[in-house]
Amino acid sequence: MHSRRNILAGVSASALLASSIGQGRAQGKSQAGKIKTLKAVVHADIKILDPVWTTAYITQRHANLVYDTLFAPNSKFEPQPQMVESYTLSPDGLRYSFTLRPSLVFHDNQPVRPADCIASIKRWSARDPMGQLLATFMTDMAVVDDRTFSMTLKEPYGLVLDSLGKAGSPPYIMPERLAKTPANEQVTDPTGSGPFMFKKDEWRPGNRAVYMRHPGYVPRAEPPDYLSGGKIPKLDRLEWIYIPDNNTVLSALQAGEIDYFEAPPLDFIGMLRDSPDITVLTIDSLGVQGLIRPNTLFPPFDKYEGRQALLHLIDQAEYMGAVVGDASLYMPFCGAYFLCSSDNATEVGSEPMRKPDYAKAKALLAQAGYVAGQKIVVLQPTDRPQYNAATTVLISGLRKAGVTVDVQAADWSTITARRARRDPPDKGGWHLFITTQGGPDTAMPVSNVWFNSRCERANPGWACDPELEKLLTAWAREPDRAKRHAAIEEIQRRAYVSVPYVPFGQFFQPVAFRKNVTGVLKSGQPVYWNIDKS
Amino acid sequence: MLRIILRRLAATIPVMLVVAVVVFLMLHLSNGDPAAVIAGDNATAEDIAQLRTSLGLDRPLLEQFVQWIWQLAHGDLGASIFNRVPVSTMIAQRVEPTLALTVLTMTIAVLLAIPLGVVSAWRVGTWVDHMIMALAVAAFSCPVFLIGYALVGQFSRTWKLLPVQGYTPLSEGLVPFLLHLALPAVSLGLIYTALLARMTRSTMLEVLGEDYIRTARAKGLGVVPVLLRHGLRNAAVPIVTTIGLGIALLIGGVVVAESVFAIPGIGRLTVEALQQRDYPVIQGVILVSSLVYVLVNLLIDLSYLLLDPRIRY
Repeated sequence: MHSRRNILAGVSASALLASSIGQGRAQGKSQAGKIKTLKAVVHADIKILDPVWTTAYITQRHANLVYDTLFAPNSKFEPQPQMVESYTLSPDGLRYSFTLRPSLVFHDNQPVRPADCIASIKRWSARDPMGQLLATFMTDMAVVDDRTFSMTLKEPYGLVLDSLGKAGSPPYIMPERLAKTPANEQVTDPTGSGPFMFKKDEWRPGNRAVYMRHPGYVPRAEPPDYLSGGKIPKLDRLEWIYIPDNNTVLSALQAGEIDYFEAPPLDFIGMLRDSPDITVLTIDSLGVQGLIRPNTLFPPFDKYEGRQALLHLIDQAEYMGAVVGDASLYMPFCGAYFLCSSDNATEVGSEPMRKPDYAKAKALLAQAGYVAGQKIVVLQPTDRPQYNAATTVLISGLRKAGVTVDVQAADWSTITARRARRDPPDKGGWHLFITTQGGPDTAMPVSNVWFNSRCERANPGWACDPELEKLLTAWAREPDRAKRHAAIEEIQRRAYVSVPYVPFGQFFQPVAFRKNVTGVLKSGQPVYWNIDKS
Repeated sequence: MLRIILRRLAATIPVMLVVAVVVFLMLHLSNGDPAAVIAGDNATAEDIAQLRTSLGLDRPLLEQFVQWIWQLAHGDLGASIFNRVPVSTMIAQRVEPTLALTVLTMTIAVLLAIPLGVVSAWRVGTWVDHMIMALAVAAFSCPVFLIGYALVGQFSRTWKLLPVQGYTPLSEGLVPFLLHLALPAVSLGLIYTALLARMTRSTMLEVLGEDYIRTARAKGLGVVPVLLRHGLRNAAVPIVTTIGLGIALLIGGVVVAESVFAIPGIGRLTVEALQQRDYPVIQGVILVSSLVYVLVNLLIDLSYLLLDPRIRY
């Protein structure tokens, strides 16, 4: 008969055996008999486990724990090999060959094979915009041997490694049996080869998600750098807790009931900084960009002048004061489409945003065909405080320029559904809404989804500028990073003519954690490898 | 009695059908789209449309309704659109915290409110009555979140006696279970105490003015037998009704208390499902809550038969 003690002893023995096999297995094993647990309050409830099926940030963060990636960006946003041990590119620039590191295993102890990588890349490229672009250049992927696969291109393409190693929504490697699921069907089996394993039996949607250290994970030898390098899982157990009330989270953090607060409200930061037991750390050097999205299908924003008028309404300090408050958490001015703190930062073309000029805005709107009294429909999400505050500032600016504003206030779910509609604004459509984006994907022209100006295939607002798209395609084809960098100014200058969106400021979202938590990485987004707790 | 129960249970079927139709129509005709939520903030309209198709949300409303009713008839509440977890499993996971909170809250409320209401009625017009009623008004007027934050500030952050948040199942020990529920139960219990104390007082005042109470006093019965045996027993019907409705409301979910104290109960499940337009979950929770409401009302009605033999159905 098996007692609970016997079973636990058996499990412990197996774990010890597994951890002793081979050198370089996941380090940081805690002291015998003591489970090292980190309790983290996350910014949203994890409801969907498939990072291809949804682009929700919380699912991406889950995916970073349970899956590994072929490449990952370092702090200079250069793709570095992660699961890949080595790669080669043929002299004609048409054939990549990728060799996987030895000893990579999935959570079910099956080895990671090239066929798993190929199936995962194919599924990802059916949904992800950068994946779709990569697929247009690709003719074939094939298994070469047990650890190697090849990728053949139609013509040289400069963003192959950047696509495979992008920070947001990269191709996470799943077992082939799961990766063969159609991209518009959800994968619910969270088996990956990442540093942590998802405990589905302990998952309580709306409350808690639990991850355990993957004993078979072999980290890279290099030190961690942004999302690249050695992902050493030092915690035995990670509990993601979802608490909807921020005041409760603050109390729980101060009382030591939780260890890590992923997204403290920005108006709590001062209080948290004053607390002797808590560390506040900005882990994302790139920050978050706020943006106003015009609907290019309807007047007056169907004309360049109408969209350019919005630039003259902007007072970034006013927006940031309303959205953030604490001046240490935002940039006084940022005119860069690709984030002011990135390598692609430039202020070219942003002059109209330096100082509000309501008369100029009014004149440009008139040129675009706006007539006094015409209602401009602005979507205002009342359950998202930052968007709500920014929308209030936008409404005020529009009114100062003599615009009649029709405010459509609703919850975020209603707004996301409405903004996808192409109906005229007075028949359930819209003119303007506010959102945010951030991270390395925003910093790169082809992965910045709101910059995409491919008309019908662009995000809601349907920005449409073939000339800008031509510049982007040329940029993406250029294999030389230095030359790509030089082309940014031309791209941004054009963008300030067609105005796919209006950036209204850049701010930073720190994390907060107890002083006994160490090793928190400046990785752009919360990751839980390298973190230790005393 | 059995005939009454069977008749009342049979009557719940049309009630539940009406609830099902109304909930389904209200949800599907309201704004919002789960496909837009699932697709994420950076999705294109095309991505959202594809998801709608793959989820079957673009099918005719009647077809979706018939399918749902067919599932219900087979005892299947469906599965969450988001994570494919069966709705019955999600409800089952959330029932224990909500039930535990309900029982503890009502226990606190009954133990405090009935003696306070009885004393207040007995000492009507005196400072004791005024003080009890003033406290009741104050407690009833205070929002739950305010009481909750005040209690957390004092008991958890200052004195460090009780946890700030969370729920520990009873299976993990009685002490942690009670420690985690103490503050939310007291926060909610104070409001129900106030409500129940006022109801007890007003009903008792009515009863204490009756002839049979005067007769009992004239016979020389003491205060306690008069109040409890003759007074409280005859005032029991409205008090039990209030307790029953309180239980039904609490089981339906106490969103604010569950949010403030991070208790994963039915209330939070409902609100989160509403925010994301997770139709099967919302429909399932509302149907189950309605059923509980109907059944609690049945129990209240049956309790009248025991409390007052004059009542006949």
